[in-house]
Amino acid sequence: MEAIDVVKTNYVKELLNKKAREDMRQFMQYRNVSITTGTMQNAEGSAQVDLGNTRVICGIKMIVGEPMPDTPNQGNMMVAAELLPLASADYETGPPSPEAIELARVVDRGIRAAQSINLESLFIEEGKVWSVFIDLYVLNYDGNLFDACTLAAMAALMTTKVPKFEDGEAKREDRTKPLKIDTVVTSTTFGKVGSNLLLDLDRNEENASDARITIAIDDANIRAMQKGLRGSFTKEEVETLIDMAFQKRTELKRALEQASK
Amino acid sequence: MGSSANKPELIINGKRTDGRDFNEMRPFSIKANVLKNADGSCYIEWGNNKILAAVYGPKEVMPRHMMEADRAIIKCRYAMAPFSSLSDHGRTGPNRRAIEISKVIKEVFENVVMLREYPASEIDVFIEVLQGDGGTRAAGITAAAVALANAGIQMKDLPYAISVGRVGDHIAIDFNMIEDNYSDSDMPMAIAPRNNEILLLQMDGGLDKAQVSKAIQMAIDAGSVITKAQRDALSEVYSNNVKGV
Repeated sequence: MEAIDVVKTNYVKELLNKKAREDMRQFMQYRNVSITTGTMQNAEGSAQVDLGNTRVICGIKMIVGEPMPDTPNQGNMMVAAELLPLASADYETGPPSPEAIELARVVDRGIRAAQSINLESLFIEEGKVWSVFIDLYVLNYDGNLFDACTLAAMAALMTTKVPKFEDGEAKREDRTKPLKIDTVVTSTTFGKVGSNLLLDLDRNEENASDARITIAIDDANIRAMQKGLRGSFTKEEVETLIDMAFQKRTELKRALEQASK
Repeated sequence: MGSSANKPELIINGKRTDGRDFNEMRPFSIKANVLKNADGSCYIEWGNNKILAAVYGPKEVMPRHMMEADRAIIKCRYAMAPFSSLSDHGRTGPNRRAIEISKVIKEVFENVVMLREYPASEIDVFIEVLQGDGGTRAAGITAAAVALANAGIQMKDLPYAISVGRVGDHIAIDFNMIEDNYSDSDMPMAIAPRNNEILLLQMDGGLDKAQVSKAIQMAIDAGSVITKAQRDALSEVYSNNVKGV
């Protein structure tokens, strides 16, 4: 860590001990969430999410492919995340880092486990299905990529139009049919700094944090969880944070529904 | 979670596919100090899982730029051998799943290893799955903890791991491969037994809050048996050494 980061980390910790955050937020308060859909015309679906200064875009491409052998009547979905070097001095060029892989896989698990995409609707004909590629590009990193990426993926999926399939190929000029979305999944990520539990950490808070937990839910159930970093949580803390995730879902879901109207 | 299309029956006459109760773990055995070259090692058989863990270090940090002046860094490789499953696992090195698992396992050991006792050093943890049958990351963590202790690495606790989850209406522990593939929810966990702090928690599928609580409690309750086996494996190594003097 650079010297300036050590100073910032100590500052964040001192503030938290006085029950304050640098941007005056409550401990369980999100930064401003802004979602714009249809930002890229060539993609089948797209969205930009700004969560404070964190900016992520998501592009959806739909490719005609083969079904998995054990699910011949279902399409496929794939999530990839790029921590672009232009997004932060913390990132470098090269193959996907373990952080990028973890991010993509956690977003994937939430969407997959909640059965957000109706995969049966992606069946074309025997041996042919649509594969949905969900590509997440981090353009500016200021913490909490997990929630920003899940929001961006959901917003893009909710506004995706499936290309027409004609004469054995995809006709992208004719995209009118909306992708069938069954469930809106939301992700809520908490951090632990010392004994303080926080929602939606920015970069400096993440650098100061000991542990992280992401809880992806639908209206009734927990669909995916991932604990990260070297710190730990107690059973009681996990229970408290699950309750909080359901509380916070309302505002995230409303933002998604408004953006995808 | 597997497809619902060809889902096999996971509960037969109130028992699981291998005849176990919902809170019953598979039989397992742990042996420490099984590899000559490694500073510490452990072989675990957990159900039909066969897994080797080895630790090298503390040693010089390579590459040098990864060095932390005031503490050790931990590197972790979890990998499944190409022949470890019924389907071929490939030979191109760890896949995306293995890279993610390696990362979360590394974070478990960063919690318990007293990193500041080994400034400017590196500790390598290797977990090789030779035969997999569900719950490989959990068994791998349990083995790697023993390998670290066997290497004489100072730790504030000896963590263990176990997977819990849901089959139909039942919360169950220690999924075998079929349950792993077709259960309704799967939640691997690693726990520090001294204070029951959760060091690793992953989950997918569907659980409500009460089910999550029950599953976590089940994983905590499994601690005494697993921890005892880990400690027994270690004391066996050192009591033999005393006899040999």
